[in-house]
Amino acid sequence: MKILIVGGGMGGTILANSLARRLTAELKAGKARITMLSASDKHMYQPGLLYLAIGRMTPDELYRDQASLLEPGIEFHVDPVEEFMLDNNRVKTKSGKLVDYDIMVIATGSRMYPEGIPGLAENAELFYTEESALKMFKRLQSFEGGKVVITVGVPHKCPMAPLEITFMLHDYFKDRGLSDKVQLHYTYPINRVHSLENVAKWAAPEMNRLGITYDTFFNLKEVDGANKVLKSEEGTEIKYDLLIAIPAHKGMEVVEKNGLGQGGWIPTNRTKLNMEGRSNVFVCGDTTNIPISKAGSTAHFEADTLAENIAAVIKMGSPVRDYDGKVFCFIEAGKDRATYAMFNYQNPPDPKAPTKAMHWFKMAYNKLYWISARGLL
Amino acid sequence: MADKKIVDGRGSFCPGPLMELIAALKSSQIGDELDVLSTDKGSVNDIPEWVRKVGHEYVSTTEEGGVWHIVVRKAK
Repeated sequence: MKILIVGGGMGGTILANSLARRLTAELKAGKARITMLSASDKHMYQPGLLYLAIGRMTPDELYRDQASLLEPGIEFHVDPVEEFMLDNNRVKTKSGKLVDYDIMVIATGSRMYPEGIPGLAENAELFYTEESALKMFKRLQSFEGGKVVITVGVPHKCPMAPLEITFMLHDYFKDRGLSDKVQLHYTYPINRVHSLENVAKWAAPEMNRLGITYDTFFNLKEVDGANKVLKSEEGTEIKYDLLIAIPAHKGMEVVEKNGLGQGGWIPTNRTKLNMEGRSNVFVCGDTTNIPISKAGSTAHFEADTLAENIAAVIKMGSPVRDYDGKVFCFIEAGKDRATYAMFNYQNPPDPKAPTKAMHWFKMAYNKLYWISARGLL
Repeated sequence: MADKKIVDGRGSFCPGPLMELIAALKSSQIGDELDVLSTDKGSVNDIPEWVRKVGHEYVSTTEEGGVWHIVVRKAK
């Protein structure tokens, strides 16, 4: 049984490791084979970018060698897939190799797409890549006062990021003694400050308490960089001195180019996680079109489900469980307090008041992630 | 030619049906109809309110077996 995992991010890595441990005997006996094809020999801890952007992590802390994270027995190649030939159970890689599979999991992730809004890429500070997060930190260091506006596009990776960066910026400027000179202004696309109602109920009073102003129903249409003005789909305008953007995201280009899904999101069964219309192709993490958070924890829990099911198919001929939509997100509420939201398809989250203990748990998880990626946590 | 699309926001607490609609509208053409499926009753008010504010066209709301169908037409 040839298992092909396309993508070496959080979902693909947890899945590969969990499968390798479940199929130790089968791998040894040559009855199963796990191959991972990735675009990079490095693995990035993407949530760390938020900390990098405000000078609380350094770039080296974000990376490990991908090969060092993988269980023995997993065949790992830095050779990204360029062509999917689903009818032939085969892919073609950048180097021109043809790789056959019996079961394939596509976990190629997503990318920010600031180019979708005129003026955004040129005028906003971003933090979804190492380069942009470092640039943002340098810009923050030289910022001495004015109106800082946070804008949010959809869909975007990490649904808590808009709130987290806002509260962390508040504490960053406070620590620099600039509270009186900086006006933080938050915007959000819908009629409350976060898509999760219970999170919004906690965050709005917190913003009021901290003097953070906000506009809801604000969907960015255009950035007028010359005049430093934001224009919304709703017809409103906001002036800014420093623009921080959480841009809308798209799936990876290779998904779109191969016609697997509009916007790079692959139509995926929400409980079985198979690509719609394909019984031996599965999708994991941001790459799905499932209407839940594009977050590391989503990829993690989907990978857990897929590992159990694929191993069970090999051992017993059928999958054993459904993915229930589980998501767990930490929410940083500043530099030293945090809370969390946990939910699934049936149960909404009920976040508690932020505590220092939860913040330190998050700090610990920033290190524990490397155990998580190995599929051990 | 205008399309009819399903935006399946059932069971979506985050980002939620309205956010799914906003994302789907970006990749739609003027005149396309989007049928938003939601298990969150809040969508019945939230979606028409946003649609009117932005200037798209609210078409209808129906409920079937605990799933609300809110139909919207992209107008600009």
